[in-house]
Amino acid sequence: MPDMARKTTTARKATVTALAWTVGFLIFFPVLWTFLTSFKTEGEAIAAPPSFLFFDWTVENYLTVNERSDYPRHFWNSVVIAVGSTLLGVLIAIPAAWSLAFVPGRRTRDVLMWMLSTKMMPAVGVLVPMYLIFRDTGLLDTKSGLVGVLTLVNLPIIVWMLYTYFKEIPAEILEAARMDGAGLRSEIIYVLAPMAVPGIASTILLNIILAWNEAFWTLNLAAAKAAPLTAFIASYSSPEGLFYAKLSAASTMAIAPILILGWFSQKQLVRGLTFGAVK
Amino acid sequence: MATQHSRTAARLMISPAVILLFLWMIVPLAMTLYFSFLRYNLLMPGMEEWAGFSNYRYFLTDPAFFTALRNTLVLVLGVLMITVTGGILLALLLDQPMWGQGIVRILVIAPFFVMPTVSALVWTNMFMNPVNGLFAHAAKAMGLQPYDFLAQSPLLSITLIVAWQWLPFATLILLTALQSLDSEQMEAAAMDGAGPLSRFVYITVPHLTRSITVVILIQTIFLLSVFAEILVTTNGGPGTASTTLTYLVYVQSMLQFDVGGGAAGGIVAVILANVVAIFLMRMIGRNLDA
Repeated sequence: MPDMARKTTTARKATVTALAWTVGFLIFFPVLWTFLTSFKTEGEAIAAPPSFLFFDWTVENYLTVNERSDYPRHFWNSVVIAVGSTLLGVLIAIPAAWSLAFVPGRRTRDVLMWMLSTKMMPAVGVLVPMYLIFRDTGLLDTKSGLVGVLTLVNLPIIVWMLYTYFKEIPAEILEAARMDGAGLRSEIIYVLAPMAVPGIASTILLNIILAWNEAFWTLNLAAAKAAPLTAFIASYSSPEGLFYAKLSAASTMAIAPILILGWFSQKQLVRGLTFGAVK
Repeated sequence: MATQHSRTAARLMISPAVILLFLWMIVPLAMTLYFSFLRYNLLMPGMEEWAGFSNYRYFLTDPAFFTALRNTLVLVLGVLMITVTGGILLALLLDQPMWGQGIVRILVIAPFFVMPTVSALVWTNMFMNPVNGLFAHAAKAMGLQPYDFLAQSPLLSITLIVAWQWLPFATLILLTALQSLDSEQMEAAAMDGAGPLSRFVYITVPHLTRSITVVILIQTIFLLSVFAEILVTTNGGPGTASTTLTYLVYVQSMLQFDVGGGAAGGIVAVILANVVAIFLMRMIGRNLDA
């Protein structure tokens, strides 16, 4: 009997494995296909029947994209905008989340909910004034302008994520530190900071991903000079001639760094995007 | 435990975030509201004049508004249906014992990290294109006529692309919820003679309800402002066949330079989003105390 039970579980496990891998492969396929196409010639990219692995691999497209379209600059814009807005946001959010988590008052809940509500405002509702403000202050098509907007857009998520992490630091430890005569400053530096680092790191990671892929403000407020990769890739929507392989090369370079970061942040993703409602 | 001293410090530390968010919320929104009552076109600067409710009247009676409203509903509901159903099935599958679960998870989660412009362009060109797309190749290989996805059913095509992007999110959240399910409870139910189906209906489903609600509400917030996918694929067309509310406001304000009309549309979008937001806030607020 136990032998048979083991056999059915193994058979079942094999079936589940085969099914799960098939589904996983199908979902991942567009990404894989983009990656493969980026190494084809333009002719091979549209060939019928398409070849999956047995074609003449070439890095020509990567070279062309890098030379012709000023790709490095747009990549750099993405880095500056994503990292800059995240760090600025975290800098503003850490003290706020600290107070919300450790000095809760009657209004803590209201403040948190209100911050969340700002995230609910559809971007299109303030598109016109933001565009005019940017135009009149010379922020249109500048990296600093986009850093500012994305900081504000993601600030509620950053505060919330940090808050849920800080909340898990036991208050007794703080009390013990206070009993030992630690002031506010040393309390933060020696007691809280070491325990808060993992949470802060996760928050930074997730927000870099969100900012990197943000495609409303970046498309509307930066057309050329400061355009990050989202806007640069969008320029392929009105292509000239054969462009699949080049589109694939540009896309692969645009998504690879964030895909790798993203794979490390699966757990934080759930927590961050559900505002701590699902952990 | 908090002293007066630390309370003051706390208030000081929270104020930058609060003030910034307050300005971010109030200033542009107040401007939108103000513009929505003006006759204001960027092509005719200096001609602004009070327009009363005419922008709203114009926007709300424009046939494009109803099409956009309907398209928004179709897009949001379509994506929700695909991602929630697919997400539940996938989460149940991935929760089973298997070999290489970590790798499958990585494959499934990948689309979420692909930027919207990339996924939209890759899908429309390399898959849905009626001449060179993979689907066209497949159709021709089977002797069928290739289907022109974006011309024939633009809204459905965009719905599929967006659903592909959000399926991982639903799956991941539901999987996380499934994994927090108490296995002892399951075993106890099995010992009491509950079959797989009744265990699913009476234990798994109630356990997932809250996460499903979270998935639906959070996705709705993001789906209401789907923009890049429309911009790089169909430009809202043919005609207004794939124009959503967000896209309609964009067209009105950024392409037709009609600041007043765009602003009125923006306010309408804000009001509609708020209806959704109220539900989400209530639910997360309830969770805050738990």
